[in-house]
Amino acid sequence: MISIFGVPGPLLFGQLSLGLINGAFYALLSLGLAVIFGMLNIINFAHGALFMLGAFASWMLLVPNTWLAMISPGLSVPDWLSLGYWPALVVAPVLVGAFGLLLERTVIRRLYKLDHLYGLLLTFGMALIIEGLARNAFGSSGMPYRTPDALQGPVNLGFMFMPKYRLWVLLAAGGMCLLTWFLIERTQLGARLRAATENPDLVQAFGVNVPRMISLTYAGGVALAAFAGVLAAPIYSVNPNMGSNFIITVFAVVVIGGMGSILGSIVTGFGLGIVEGLTKVFYPQASATVIFVVMVIVLLARPAGLFGKAA
Amino acid sequence: MIRRRALLAAAAAAPLARPARAQASVVKIGVLNDQSGVYRDISGPTSVACVRQAVEDGARGLSVEVLTGDHQNKPDIGASIARQWIDRDGVDMIIDVANSGVALAINGVCKEKDRVYINSTGATADLTGPACAATTVHWTYDTWMLAHSTGAAMVGAGGDTWFFVTADYAFGTALERDTTNFVKQAGGKVLGSVRHPFPGNTDFSSFLLQAQASRAKVVGICNAGTDTVNTIKQAAEFGLTRSGVKLAGLLVFLNDVHALGLEAAQGLVLTESFYWDLNDRTRSFTRRVLPKTGGVHPAMSHAGCYGGALHYLKAVADMGAAEAKRSGGATVARMKAMPTDDDAFGAGSIRADGRKLHPVYLFEVKKPGESKAPWDYYKLIATTPAEQAFRPLNEGGCPLVRA
Repeated sequence: MISIFGVPGPLLFGQLSLGLINGAFYALLSLGLAVIFGMLNIINFAHGALFMLGAFASWMLLVPNTWLAMISPGLSVPDWLSLGYWPALVVAPVLVGAFGLLLERTVIRRLYKLDHLYGLLLTFGMALIIEGLARNAFGSSGMPYRTPDALQGPVNLGFMFMPKYRLWVLLAAGGMCLLTWFLIERTQLGARLRAATENPDLVQAFGVNVPRMISLTYAGGVALAAFAGVLAAPIYSVNPNMGSNFIITVFAVVVIGGMGSILGSIVTGFGLGIVEGLTKVFYPQASATVIFVVMVIVLLARPAGLFGKAA
Repeated sequence: MIRRRALLAAAAAAPLARPARAQASVVKIGVLNDQSGVYRDISGPTSVACVRQAVEDGARGLSVEVLTGDHQNKPDIGASIARQWIDRDGVDMIIDVANSGVALAINGVCKEKDRVYINSTGATADLTGPACAATTVHWTYDTWMLAHSTGAAMVGAGGDTWFFVTADYAFGTALERDTTNFVKQAGGKVLGSVRHPFPGNTDFSSFLLQAQASRAKVVGICNAGTDTVNTIKQAAEFGLTRSGVKLAGLLVFLNDVHALGLEAAQGLVLTESFYWDLNDRTRSFTRRVLPKTGGVHPAMSHAGCYGGALHYLKAVADMGAAEAKRSGGATVARMKAMPTDDDAFGAGSIRADGRKLHPVYLFEVKKPGESKAPWDYYKLIATTPAEQAFRPLNEGGCPLVRA
């Protein structure tokens, strides 16, 4: 059996692939943040709470009668309204995205002309309120969510037995990252969006409805967070705090990748997942810290981040 | 302040003085716990419901008032609520108090103010050790009892090789150390352990792979709350339990199992000192309290609030409300002198160091097919009798015992 630095090869490859899958979550979450920051100049601290809402939305779609009964006993809908995992993958991001649209239209919009700090404080406050309301409604210990039948069980990769669901996460998150990148960097819509962030007045003069485009961009970023939430529901505890566990790491990813850089957040997300995975083998105690060590080194060498443009 | 109000009342009109005097003999119980944070489900509103049930079952002509407070898991907030309750509202007894840090702070306040403190959800065994107080009763469980029951009884049931997945902070490492000792004493072996960062870790799969590679029969989970739920959920995903490995949760409550669902939690082994479906008395208690909890079945932490409050009220009735309100220490002394008996824990007693003694149970979580009804989650695999379930009196270092 091959062994690298005293660690058996299969174990190492196993950890590398797990790291890659965790990286997929980081990439997907930081992508939403990067889109929102890049286009709206808002540091969206509510991202973790919206990720949590995505997971809860998929749970609520799965068992509507359970939570309706929690709100008011006797309240119920017919069983055919209960949506499983696959429909939830589309419906939950749309619902949470619509909620994001509402937030943008009512509060966030008022802060575009102010310093970044105001947006940060506002979204942080919103995160606390959303998480607090969720704890009040659903308790703190969380909700069960079953892995969909088609993705139950493991696949033999030769060096390890990988649960099918994890491979699906890699595929879905990777695909969604590519799609978003393509949309923003390679289509006319993306070109308009980028132009609108450079010079909104000029783009508006060409007849593009810039405020509507900005609202939809925020909703899109929020929908990405919710999509990650649905992907997370079967493997992570679905509870009101699940987002705040992720958000700090994800911010580090965005900073390392370069604030607002789409490609940066994708590459850094996957890369840091792998770095973290390796640390879990060699010195597990440091696996949460290693990301911040990387952040310090990168910021010292390239203050704008790996893919950021110097201001 | 109170005296001046009484004088004013007496001066205003004689008939009004009577309700004022009646007010002075109202026994006030303050339920202080986490109503909004991570420990809400193991304490929170369900604990309050259980205290109200105790009042309904055991008030015997006493007039009792129940107050509720949210300590938000912050020792300073908890201590200031306790002081306010005692100084301004005349609270006689504080109960529950999840979170060991807050529990120790309240322990200090009640000792200083000579008020009764019954802890149910706080885990630290220090409450009956170095920090023990003549005003404190530690009712339901503690870290020593969990490590002992899960560690020793599990080895007895055939799980003799262990691997630990441990949260890398004081609570996790202490739990791992204690459990390791009990496993070794019982003739088991520890093959290894992995320390995961706390907080900030969400994916446990790599640690579980390391546990699997060690070929240990039992994986001990020395973390709490969301970390435990994530560990168990992902262990099911990676097929650990299906391959015959037993998961042993060192701090898992009924509500955590409910949150996981049987699909993910099946086969998990854990310790509680109360389960609603244990016998006729526990079922009868649960039937009575369910309308107050909105259908949430009580875990041992909640049941401890019932048992503790009920026994307190018995002692108060025995010595008279006026006497009980005068001194918390005297009330606890009376509680220790009387044998305990309630539907949740059966017959038991309270030791000199404030430790409540009762049997402790090792449960295994049922498979989805074995569960016949909602909340039908556990099957009993071992019972530790009351006299062996808790740390021996002379090993805790409690000053009350030496004196």
